[in-house]
Amino acid sequence: MRINAPYNMNSAIILTVATLSVLGIVSAVVLYFIAQKFKVIEDPRIDAIVEVLPAANCGGCGYAGCRNFAEAIVKNESLENMYCPVGGNDVLKRIGPIIGQVAVEKDPMIAVLRCNGSYAHAPLKSAYDGISSCFFMHSLFSGENGCPYGCLGGGDCVEACTFDAMYMDKETGLPVIVQDKCVACGACVKACPRNIIELRPKGKKDRRIFVSCVNKEKGAVGKKNCEVVCIGCGKCVKECKFDAITMENNLAYIHADKCTLCRKCVAVCPTGSIHELNFPERKKPLAETETAEVSNL
Amino acid sequence: MLLKTFTRGGVHPEENKRSSGSPIRRVAIPKTVTVPLAQHIGAPADPLVAKGDKVKAGQLIARGQSFISANVHAPVSGTVTKIDDFPDSSGYRKKAIQIETEGDEWIETIDRDSAVDLQIKLTKEEILARIQEMGIVGMGGATFPTHVKMMVPQGKKAEFLVINGVECEPYLTSDHRLMLERGEELMTGTRILMMALGVDKAYIGIENNKADAIEHLTGLSKKFAGITVVPLKVKYPQGGEKQLIKAILNREVPSGKLPIETGCVVQNVGTAVAVYEAVQKNKPLIERVVTVTGKSVKDPCNLLVRIGTPVSLLLEEAGGIPDDTRKVINGGPMMGKALGMVEVPVVKGMSGITVMPGKEANRPKVHNCIRCARCTFACPMGLAPYLIAQMAEAHLEESAEAERVMDCIECGSCSFVCPSGRPLLDNIRVAKSKVGQLIRSRAK
Repeated sequence: MRINAPYNMNSAIILTVATLSVLGIVSAVVLYFIAQKFKVIEDPRIDAIVEVLPAANCGGCGYAGCRNFAEAIVKNESLENMYCPVGGNDVLKRIGPIIGQVAVEKDPMIAVLRCNGSYAHAPLKSAYDGISSCFFMHSLFSGENGCPYGCLGGGDCVEACTFDAMYMDKETGLPVIVQDKCVACGACVKACPRNIIELRPKGKKDRRIFVSCVNKEKGAVGKKNCEVVCIGCGKCVKECKFDAITMENNLAYIHADKCTLCRKCVAVCPTGSIHELNFPERKKPLAETETAEVSNL
Repeated sequence: MLLKTFTRGGVHPEENKRSSGSPIRRVAIPKTVTVPLAQHIGAPADPLVAKGDKVKAGQLIARGQSFISANVHAPVSGTVTKIDDFPDSSGYRKKAIQIETEGDEWIETIDRDSAVDLQIKLTKEEILARIQEMGIVGMGGATFPTHVKMMVPQGKKAEFLVINGVECEPYLTSDHRLMLERGEELMTGTRILMMALGVDKAYIGIENNKADAIEHLTGLSKKFAGITVVPLKVKYPQGGEKQLIKAILNREVPSGKLPIETGCVVQNVGTAVAVYEAVQKNKPLIERVVTVTGKSVKDPCNLLVRIGTPVSLLLEEAGGIPDDTRKVINGGPMMGKALGMVEVPVVKGMSGITVMPGKEANRPKVHNCIRCARCTFACPMGLAPYLIAQMAEAHLEESAEAERVMDCIECGSCSFVCPSGRPLLDNIRVAKSKVGQLIRSRAK
């Protein structure tokens, strides 16, 4: 059967192109109107803040990601209680003008391991052969060195760190916090089932003093498991002229906001439980006290 | 004859019942006993005595104050020396009452005559009150307060009582010996529990590797109305209450629910004997049978021990700790937990101590999961252990909850069959613990 003449190659092409163009234009128009109807009107300040933020999405600020942090700031129209540990004060200063607020400077913080129960100080009394999970070990037993409050060495904190700021020291069995990489996001604090890690101010010239122990047992009991335990003797509390040290449940605690870094408490601690970091060598070495070998930065 | 069994999963570990021929014998009372205040599921009991008080064996020394709790009684007579924190089998220090033993004087209300009393004179309410007063808890190891378990919740009805004489855990034989040596007490205890529950039918499930116990109790059951002995196929974990109900009654406990949903309550044989002593002899739970066993143990035995006796004493009684020992396990090889030290007290739920030599105690080398699904076939609760363990490692708690991790009975069948030696149960326990925390935080 013969096909009618006008339907030749050229008209076929023109017809095809025309049909598709019309379809395209119609779709475009329809989509344009739909897009306008369902348009999400977002405050442009959110995008502006996101630009300034470090985009680590680490959750250190307490929000799910950088965008959520920005949204919260704009929603509350305030920088109160908002802090990005990765960006620090610099980022806050830049966010301030975007919402017309002045940012309050915060002291830079850092994670600190409050335990020095290394293999040398707290020898192992039993051998554990289950999974390397502090959470599991904590629920199962008091620990290989016997201290029910001390570091289990399973590495949950190292696993939680997304800034590569922690590693396990094989010699000591304790985790190490790398000062230059730690942004104090708090992930390791949450991961530790024994709350051994604390966020403390980095300190003037990065110097800090803290009690490297969280053991709440009576001194004699604690000493059975670890030689650098805080025995709750109270000498540091008496020595401190700035009222920076308090004692509760056989455990001393140094309040960073009151501590002037004078180091007198470190000298009187009989077990060497108090640590001083990043200080220069003392001119007179501590005679009676054996300053415990510091196993973490 | 085809024996009854549960139909899903299960494994066949070596039975190693090397202590099954050893009759129950008493261990000398130690000079000091340490009685923990938390020997049961629920809140610890509150001490009623003080340092310096003189106590008699069987005297109430601590009272359970909340709904799910249990009383604690003095296992020996003597003087209270300390109420302080002492290490328990986990190594953690928990509150306990330490008593310096003086003689062996019991309180006057306890009937010490060993003749079996078959006449039940108490009413249902009096029985429940007596069980609570005497501090009876589940002796199979779970230590759930018995009087709470026997209370049927509103809207549910009990049809049967099931007595668990299965003892599927390898090595352990205390229940076996109780069935052989205290059969009449066990049967009477079962009748007492039937009265307390308000049922007229009870089944005693016993694995077929205890033919002598099956024969003995079947003979006795002719004298006790409503009690039927049911021999079961030897398969681990037949002693799990859900597996036991499936095998005997062919009923399945729904996911996340308790056995009472199927109309029954399960109690261990040791609990039934303890109930007999409580109701018929006014005797509280102050001693229990503990199996001490292991491939290198000189004298594998079943010891009748006062609560609070240090485990070290039991090991001495069994011929001393063998030289090749690597692990001393509280319980058996499947569900037991290794001890960090042996100076820990015997508690109400300690059914046995298994001593393991080097090779047997070592955990296998861990390799990658090969997706063979042996664990899935072995799981008696129909879960996918490889998947839940993986979710635990990846911190995906909500996914683990969706995979019904809370139904896991922690029997260890999955870890047992894994050809890659993966620590499946360890990871599943982490998931279970985290999901449990999640569920509790939602409820707030």
